[in-house]
Amino acid sequence: MVKDNKPRKIRLSANPTAEALADLHIGDIVYLDGTVYTAREGVYKRVLEDGIAMPMDLPARSAANFHCSPAATQHDDGSFDLGAVTATASFRFSKWIGPWLAASGAKLIIGKGGMRSNDYREHFVPHGAIYLTTVGYGTGALLGRGVKQVSNLHWKKELGLAQAMWVLDVENFGPFIVESDLEGNSLFERENARISASLDKVYEGTRPAILKRFGETDDRSDEMI
Amino acid sequence: MISIEVVEETAQLLMKKAAIEIPDDYHAGLKKAALEEDGDLSSFVLEAMLENYAAAKEDGRAMCGDTGCPRWYVKMANEAQIDGGPIALEAALRRATANATHSVPLRPNRVHPLWRTDHNNNVGIGAPEIEYGFEPDGNWIDLVTVHKGGLFGTDYRMLFPSDGIEGIKRFYLDSLVAFGKRGLACQPAIIGIGLGGSKDSCMVLGKRAACLRMVGDRNPDPKIAALEDEFKELGNSIGMGAMGFVGKSMVIDCNIEVGYCHTGGMQMSVHAFCLSSRRAVARIYDDGRVEFRTDPAWFTDYQRRETVEW
Repeated sequence: MVKDNKPRKIRLSANPTAEALADLHIGDIVYLDGTVYTAREGVYKRVLEDGIAMPMDLPARSAANFHCSPAATQHDDGSFDLGAVTATASFRFSKWIGPWLAASGAKLIIGKGGMRSNDYREHFVPHGAIYLTTVGYGTGALLGRGVKQVSNLHWKKELGLAQAMWVLDVENFGPFIVESDLEGNSLFERENARISASLDKVYEGTRPAILKRFGETDDRSDEMI
Repeated sequence: MISIEVVEETAQLLMKKAAIEIPDDYHAGLKKAALEEDGDLSSFVLEAMLENYAAAKEDGRAMCGDTGCPRWYVKMANEAQIDGGPIALEAALRRATANATHSVPLRPNRVHPLWRTDHNNNVGIGAPEIEYGFEPDGNWIDLVTVHKGGLFGTDYRMLFPSDGIEGIKRFYLDSLVAFGKRGLACQPAIIGIGLGGSKDSCMVLGKRAACLRMVGDRNPDPKIAALEDEFKELGNSIGMGAMGFVGKSMVIDCNIEVGYCHTGGMQMSVHAFCLSSRRAVARIYDDGRVEFRTDPAWFTDYQRRETVEW
């Protein structure tokens, strides 16, 4: 099968300029250089709800927040063994993302599956930030190769290995796909709209279940039969 | 007598193999899907995945950073005896899980559901799951480890005989479409469907159908085998591919397992075993021999028996 229209591939700094971000289109493939850090619900709660000061200078050190817990371990001598790196689903962090972008100055949010375009327009666009999605979502070994070293691990004791803040020096770290642009457009929503257009045909010859469930109706006084 | 040291050593090696080496049957299925895929973004994703499997093997690092929730299936042949008995066996599997989490390394995914306590070793209350099966004739045990992703792609519904095949198809498509959007199910996946049993055993059947059968094998009931073919094709005709992009690779294979259920019902579960279909198998004999393979060979005639006596 002939495969043309290959997506374009771009090297991007983890502290990108506004110009570099403006040049990106949804569907572009991106590889990062610089420093990225992991932060997810544990870090968000600690900083945004408990008011504890950031353990590193953001965004000076890094403007790239990775929704991730690496498959990694810290040895007794303090050294690290980092194998694979994969993102976790970002939609769950919606309630923190606005305050987090304000507090951290992040320009790149990297994760799994993107967020809603409402989040992009309300929170990402005003902060000049975009969303990069990991690929697959299992390219953990390729991403692991792009990590040159773990430069720090913050809040291991307080949050555990999975929720701690891992600071990673990276080179040619990817692939990622540009999911949202500076205008707040979403690649996933574009693709969903295209797929939804032909779903009725796929569902021909099927029948809804005889016993309904809550959620299939918005009226909680409805019977389920 | 099967040596408990051999059990623990083998189990630790299986943990590593499962995390790093994509099983051949799934790998071949994904290569085929990559050849057939014509969506530009979906194609890019499948090519990246194939590169990723090679990188994992070359570097000896886990395929995916989310290394799933390790679990064990133990099958014991009727004459097998384990040094120290089942308590020693369970301790060995828990030790192997903890040690491998540190040494591979795996992600310490397992936490307390309320207090989020993380032992950093994938061991805790009920973790790893250890399930058992038995087989007539033999003096071996099979150890199977599966590290299935934990969050998306699985659902259950109570259907009724009047829902029929049309109802089964509807719930199947609903599950694929719902979890396929944005690729939350990490498709293309091996889809397992459980039909019948009761709610709990229906979930178990569907999960085992996804995790313990090989890509390309078929249920021995020819009518169920035909449904497996039909459902595979149906899933790949949704118009959705990897990551929920426009494409046609959703299902690497569809496996269906059934169990007898209440006369009024037709329970159904759907499970998606992701792009990193982590499973590894070894048979340990009482003379110390260990044979590694990727086929769990779980669903034997004995497991599917429907008679009173064997």
